Amino acid sequence: MEAKIAQPRSLFRSDAMQKLLAFGGLLVLFVAFSLASPYFLTPDNIGGIFLATAVNGVLALGVTFVIINGGIDLSVGTVMTFSAVMTGQFITVWQLPVLVGVLAGLATGALCGLANGVVISKMKVPPFVATLGMLYATKGLSLVVSQLHPIYFNDTPIFNQTAMGSILGLVIPALDPIKNVVLIFFGAAIVASIILTKTVLGRYTFALGSNEEATRLSGVNVDRWKTAVYTLGGLFAGLAGVMIAARLNSAQPALGAGYELDAIAAAVIGGTSLSGGEGSILGTIIGAFVISVLANGLRILSVPQEWQIVVTGTILVLAVYLDRRRKR
Amino acid sequence: MKTKQMLSVVFALLTVTALIVGCAAPAAAPTAAPATQPPAAAKKPYIPVISKGFQHQFWQAVKKGAENAAKDLNVDITFEGPETEAMVDKQVEMFQTALDKKPAAICLAAVDSKAFIPLLEKAKAAGIPIIGFDSGVDSPIPVTTAATDNIAAAALIADKMAQLIGGEGEVAVIAHDQTSRTGIDRVKGFTDQIKAKYPKITIVDTQYGGGDQLKSTDISKAIIQAHPNLKGFFGANEGSIIGVLNAVKELNMAGKLVVIGYDSGQQQMDAIRAGTEAGAVTQDPIGIGYKCVDAAVKAMKGETLPKTIDTGFHWYDKTNIDDPTIAALLYK
Repeated sequence: MEAKIAQPRSLFRSDAMQKLLAFGGLLVLFVAFSLASPYFLTPDNIGGIFLATAVNGVLALGVTFVIINGGIDLSVGTVMTFSAVMTGQFITVWQLPVLVGVLAGLATGALCGLANGVVISKMKVPPFVATLGMLYATKGLSLVVSQLHPIYFNDTPIFNQTAMGSILGLVIPALDPIKNVVLIFFGAAIVASIILTKTVLGRYTFALGSNEEATRLSGVNVDRWKTAVYTLGGLFAGLAGVMIAARLNSAQPALGAGYELDAIAAAVIGGTSLSGGEGSILGTIIGAFVISVLANGLRILSVPQEWQIVVTGTILVLAVYLDRRRKR
Repeated sequence: MKTKQMLSVVFALLTVTALIVGCAAPAAAPTAAPATQPPAAAKKPYIPVISKGFQHQFWQAVKKGAENAAKDLNVDITFEGPETEAMVDKQVEMFQTALDKKPAAICLAAVDSKAFIPLLEKAKAAGIPIIGFDSGVDSPIPVTTAATDNIAAAALIADKMAQLIGGEGEVAVIAHDQTSRTGIDRVKGFTDQIKAKYPKITIVDTQYGGGDQLKSTDISKAIIQAHPNLKGFFGANEGSIIGVLNAVKELNMAGKLVVIGYDSGQQQMDAIRAGTEAGAVTQDPIGIGYKCVDAAVKAMKGETLPKTIDTGFHWYDKTNIDDPTIAALLYK
């Protein structure tokens, strides 16, 4: 029980400091890139950075829950793709209303997450293995359902227009580069933050991650809440699937593998501990921005891509190292 | 019991979903022999075709050509390839398995030629002729290679680009990767031609997006942002050019940039018809598939073959996209 009682205080300390640190890092990147190139700090480019963060950001939201809960989800990238393909299947192939397709995409993600949760909590398969299995299964299913062809949304232009339009821009023209899909990301982040900090699900997510046995002993139905956490993770992957389909105006069945690593990196840079029990939504969002700002800035400076990847890896390790050092 | 019930429900749901989807999908499924089918079942000669991929539309078109040839020439083929063009190990394994099945010949588009040398020698020792296709195999062992001259094709794109931007200014390139033969050749063909013939044109940036549409979009946007004087953009494969097109659309730059692509696909063809893309070079993927199987059958019979079979490439734009000769080469 001791661990549980000690948790809130260390959590608070870790939270505030880590966010400050990560946010400071993000600011440093911004200033450095702005000084290095006149093309970095332009409205269109900033809009581009937000857009590039949106899909990975939403994936990272789900991953944050799963990691805080003490697990891992390797399947988010391909679940995202499978959800995109199912959205395409509903809207373009079966010609159902766009809203139905969007709901189908979300449901696909949630169902995959539910399956992950059941396999992990009831069948006691380790999360790494269970979600690795789901990674393969959904990767294959995307290809099966789409028959290896991209599914386009050319008959329903409203889908792409809604995502890539800008409600903000209609009100304040200067904000036109901030597209609706970015607002959806922010909306999802706010919802995620409320769930994590203000609901029972959020409390149990932390409790399970810091001490599963103690949580079980205090009478909590551990299996059920764990399943709920993975379902939520899947739901966010489904949302990311709808978003990527809308942005690309197509469901591309072959992409997705590898996206889970970016999502995990965002959560970890943002201070989520891979050993569970620790993390925050704000941190993850900052982490997601660190990755996309880094990628964008280095591209603006025409740094060769192979070096961009090296820099991202170095930053990831550095961020976690600083976090560890501070806690020692 | 409860656990079991719940589990069965979940799996039943997933299976049913997959089944419904499978049944409702158009029945245009390819009738090719599945890759797992053992060749022993048929008396026809067996020729495994090992490609560099299978997910992209391009490879599906190559597969179609190979299947057409198999039908015409009365042989059995299987068509398989690794999921990404980086999976050397998987492809080596596929080749090994193919060798074990004692085929009449093998068609191969190697991801990494050097990794195949020991296996190629093994095939040679066993008297199994190897036919290279697409990027080919960098070795004297294959009896012939059916491929597009990617360097010449990219040089043609450089000429078109120069002509369309008026012979001077800044252009950028986005390609799929810097390690595969096609990635290397297309960037080299374009770059060398610009340097040799058009001193007033500068290539301000060359980046790689792995053929991933989303990543290519974000990369293209960054490049356009960083170079406000950019006049032209070359996307060196289908995923790359889709990224350029998305970037141009998202930045409202349609008509302000000369965009040139490679291969085809629905989205690229739509853009060419709409005028947002100036044109593209198409290879003859069906021809590549057909000619490699055709060459394999000839090699099997002991006929002599030329060292390379040029499968050709063609420039197409708004004006000739619907010509029957071009339309036959394009895939959706």
